[in-house]
Amino acid sequence: MVGAGVVEAYGVMLSASLGDSYAITETLVRAAPMIFTGLAVAIAFRAKFWNIGAEGQLLAGAVASCFVGAIPMPGYLAMLLMALAGAAAGALVALVPATLRVKFKVDDVVSSLLLNSVIYYALMALIEGPWKDTFSGYPISPPIEDSANFPVLIEGTRLHLGVVVALIAAPLCWFLISRTTLGFRIRVTGENPEAARYGGINVQRVLLSTALLSGALAGLAGVGEVGGVHFQVMSDISPGYGYSGIVVAMLARLNPLGVVPAAIFLAAVMTGAEAMSRATGVPAFLSDVIQGTALLAMLVALLFTAYRIRRVGASA
Amino acid sequence: MSAVFEQIFQVGFLAAIIRIATPLAFATLGEMFSERAGVLNLGIEGIMLLSAMAGFTAASLSGSLWLGVLVAVLVGAAMGALHALFTVALGLSQHVCGIGVTLFCSGLAYFLYRLIFGQQSVPPSIDGFKPVAIPLLSDIPVLGPAVFNQFTLVYLAIIAVPLAAFVLYRTPWGLSVRMVGENPRAADSAGVSVIATRFQAVILGGALMGLAGAFLTMAQFNAFTFGVVSGRGWVAIALVVFGRWDPWRSAGAALLFAFVDALQLRMQASGLGHIPYEAFLMLPFIFTIVAMAFMSRNAVAPSALLKPFRREER
Repeated sequence: MVGAGVVEAYGVMLSASLGDSYAITETLVRAAPMIFTGLAVAIAFRAKFWNIGAEGQLLAGAVASCFVGAIPMPGYLAMLLMALAGAAAGALVALVPATLRVKFKVDDVVSSLLLNSVIYYALMALIEGPWKDTFSGYPISPPIEDSANFPVLIEGTRLHLGVVVALIAAPLCWFLISRTTLGFRIRVTGENPEAARYGGINVQRVLLSTALLSGALAGLAGVGEVGGVHFQVMSDISPGYGYSGIVVAMLARLNPLGVVPAAIFLAAVMTGAEAMSRATGVPAFLSDVIQGTALLAMLVALLFTAYRIRRVGASA
Repeated sequence: MSAVFEQIFQVGFLAAIIRIATPLAFATLGEMFSERAGVLNLGIEGIMLLSAMAGFTAASLSGSLWLGVLVAVLVGAAMGALHALFTVALGLSQHVCGIGVTLFCSGLAYFLYRLIFGQQSVPPSIDGFKPVAIPLLSDIPVLGPAVFNQFTLVYLAIIAVPLAAFVLYRTPWGLSVRMVGENPRAADSAGVSVIATRFQAVILGGALMGLAGAFLTMAQFNAFTFGVVSGRGWVAIALVVFGRWDPWRSAGAALLFAFVDALQLRMQASGLGHIPYEAFLMLPFIFTIVAMAFMSRNAVAPSALLKPFRREER
């Protein structure tokens, strides 16, 4: 249909994403930002804070961390400060739709979506204007200090420290959601805000805390891209990782532990589709189609599980 | 001399507002019908993009612009049906399904466009719609050339607003739409099929979003680029809130947004060269967010918005 044998095409896709150890590291590098955005969305959606703004929060995190990383200082201090700055920037951006919802009843979906455009254009204005790299003349930011580049874990690959941090962040988020008071408040607020209020939970404050947490996680996705992959900020630093985070979170059924395999799956699809595109000429945008289809298919699958549970409950 | 200059400025400026407002008006009306029936359609951004691509492709392959418009409308309606299938028939989360539809449609649009046209350094373009002057009316000073020397699709948008208001407030079907959006159980008791009415409203909404997409690639830009919609769908969702789910107010909101957008375009062009143009592109979005902060407190959304209807449930 699209000018290439299906088996051959999928063969290329599979071998380029999971075929050898290098391919696996590339897929993991690709998965890291989606683990972070997936966690950001999963936690937000648990509280029914509809944060569709992970893309903008990621970009804000990237800009802030790049800004910090360009200041000369000892390497590990720089990395720590980059992470803090990126997380803070993401959290700050996420606070906007949450505050608008709590104070002005503005729909958080719409405001977080619109904010994505604002942040994107702000980033573009920065790298086209005052922040433009005078050395190259391209619309990209100046690079961060070499000492601030995240250490590569396996020689000859791009597997960087940020990937490990992402893999650790998932169980931490799981612990936070399922084993701590804040996690309990987040879940109750999402499942039944009336009951939460009745039980003495300050729903508004929970929403704001969720936003800070969610935004910080999305911001860290941007930190990893700057510190471990690109070492500077450019217009296409994120090929929609923020939106992919929504797919990842839904595939994971909003469970932080499920976010890791879901993100690796999408990353494998992306790296595979790019390789397939190079080998067979099928446009790499196929991975976007697969993402959308996977999300919709997962939703339908969830529906059937919901029905199953409901029937058991009715008969008991 | 300055009077002449002023007039050119005003005519051009007014015409720009009308042109920017047209796709927004279609999209906003489409989203409004969907939401009045109780279905938030976050697929709008993707539906506009896919329709814009499909319409452009059909027009460029067949040479007929109106065939392109038809294809765009049909694709929009089909994607509306897809969204309705998930949210109305299956009762799934409207937020997440909408995002899913947008991701699916955008991916499909990029993918098919690359497949059909390949990677070209200069994007292929078509000979788009030409302005059609309406006799007599276009002779009115200032207003004439700005409003009545426009594309046919612009006139269609101008007609669509009162038509939408008539359909929504003065026809039995419009009453059904409002009922299933406000109180589906009462509508069901009164013999109105909630599922069918919601399906129809979301499909009509999708068709209108398709028209918006068609305008972008066949009248405004005459080419398809990956950024051709660039957030207009999201803006339309905000405009529905801003327009309080009413056709007239929604159209007014579209005009207001278009005014701000035309203003920032003019600011870009007006010698503020040392400021990167992207800084101005932010302004309409910031304006929309601020406007929503002012408007949302008193906004009353359709009561059953976001709530799936299952007959057997109480």
